[in-house]
Amino acid sequence: MEWQAGRRAWDTAPGREIISISGTHMTNENRPAPAGGEPMIVIENLTKRFGPFTAVDNIGFSVARGEVLGFLGPNGAGKSTTMKMITGFLAPTSGTARICGHDILVAPLAAQREIGYLPEGAPAYGDMTSLGFLRFIARVRRLSGSAANEAIERAVEATELGGVLEQPIDTLSKGFRRRVGLAQAILHNPPVLIMDEPTDGLDPNQKFEVRKLIGRMAKDKAIVISTHILEEVDAICTRALIIDRGRVVADGTPGALMARSRYHNAVSLTLSGQSTVAIAEKLRNLPGIETIEVTPRGEETTFTLFPKSATESDTMLVDAVARLAREENWPVRALYGEPGRLDEVFRSLTRSDTVKGSAAA
Amino acid sequence: MNELLAIFRRELAGYFATPLAFIFIVIFLFTMGAFTFYLGGYYESGQADLTIFFNFHPWLYLFLIPAISMRLWAEERRTGSIELLLSLPVPLWAAVLGKFLAAWAFSGIALALTFPMWITVNYLGDPDNGVILAGYIGSFFMAGGYLAIGSCLSAVTRNQVIAFVVSVAVCFLFTVSGLPIVTDFFAGWAPQQVVSTIASFSFLTHFNAITRGVIDLRDVIYFASLIATWLVACGIVVDMKKAG
Repeated sequence: MEWQAGRRAWDTAPGREIISISGTHMTNENRPAPAGGEPMIVIENLTKRFGPFTAVDNIGFSVARGEVLGFLGPNGAGKSTTMKMITGFLAPTSGTARICGHDILVAPLAAQREIGYLPEGAPAYGDMTSLGFLRFIARVRRLSGSAANEAIERAVEATELGGVLEQPIDTLSKGFRRRVGLAQAILHNPPVLIMDEPTDGLDPNQKFEVRKLIGRMAKDKAIVISTHILEEVDAICTRALIIDRGRVVADGTPGALMARSRYHNAVSLTLSGQSTVAIAEKLRNLPGIETIEVTPRGEETTFTLFPKSATESDTMLVDAVARLAREENWPVRALYGEPGRLDEVFRSLTRSDTVKGSAAA
Repeated sequence: MNELLAIFRRELAGYFATPLAFIFIVIFLFTMGAFTFYLGGYYESGQADLTIFFNFHPWLYLFLIPAISMRLWAEERRTGSIELLLSLPVPLWAAVLGKFLAAWAFSGIALALTFPMWITVNYLGDPDNGVILAGYIGSFFMAGGYLAIGSCLSAVTRNQVIAFVVSVAVCFLFTVSGLPIVTDFFAGWAPQQVVSTIASFSFLTHFNAITRGVIDLRDVIYFASLIATWLVACGIVVDMKKAG
């Protein structure tokens, strides 16, 4: 899977022509034509209008095997609508999506066979038991006999549903219902997984488990998850796509997105005690500092130092701050270089629902 | 076909997964019996046949069938499971037909459970069992007609109560369109041709024709085309309403 990782880095780091993997150089030309890596989901000029409102506005992207694409955006940005079109539930106003080469408009059933889909809120038939529900999905997916039993067993094991198989889904807790939805989506071991907010409403342990599950499946599937939990993107996604009001506003690795943050390569220093003008002045006089922000928090004060050129490595600045702190004998509580803050990038790229109305004015 | 069968099985099992099936069947059998024996004056009629029994079917179906059909699509839309169902590799027609057939099979089970009536008349006298069989077939077709209407109207809304009330109203119009209550409304101004066309839509006309013991192809075609038309309409409504 080394190659996979390399390939992703290549894809998402434009301008870098050659990547180095395990000491060998690999260019676009001599990259092997493997089973993996080819785009499994190709979305072209996808547009959806509801009356005068354009929910999805000419979106295009593709997802390769091995990629976990985090689909980000504020509520109402068009994430769910896009997923509904990819899975063939909603017909696009224009454009189309191809799943493993099957056009969702031309050959919807062939495309849908390749997809595992967890719709928003993990809907299921509440009067059925978990097992009955999975059996139904297996039957619809044309799995029967031992193939069906094996598929159900595998999905149940992966989602740890063993204890609630005989319970009606209506009586399950939110976490279990979500896992039933996940089991349903992965039942036929699909090459393409589309999940609308898979960890929404789960507790931190369950979130961790679901992320682990997604991580395990990632290497031989193309996965799209929508979320507005930004830490999730950093935790499981190899690529993040931010959409706002139906348009793609950013596309890159989580790292590349974080590099857009003004906090990228900033240095954060937390001292106990109140801020003094003298400390701020000394920090400001370090070489390469552009500005300093002081944030008092209880008994502690955090100084955020922004370097003049954000592209430079921050280690030198961290070293300089550490040296200064030692010399001055400051009571250091924390000192670290910031990789960047996704939430800040997210906010700067998107508008919230509340300004939608006034945006045109 | 596999998919249709899977949906059919799930839907049919769905009726029995809740007390709905039990309650429905008990009330269906109870009211059938009560209407036939008390309201219909079965014993007083002195006839060993099931004419009185079948005469009540359209009126009972009017309320009981929409109770079966109201959940078919409204429930799917309310819970959001419609998104799951229609993103599975299932053609829309298979989903529409699978659900309809399950509901129809369920009403068939309820109807079949009225067999003690048949045993009773055979015990009491010597009825024409061919006529009785025709009555059952006619009743089953009529139930299918009501169900097709109810299934389409269930797709219009996510509220089961609205689906029920609207279905009862539309089914009522289809039931009585041959009776003066409807024909008088049109007779005053519409040409005779229109009036008789409207009258020919009546469930009662066609059902009564069958219960007389003659299964006329025209009556069968009437019910089959009525069911087909409403199911096509159902598919169109489901497709249109997906987004909402």
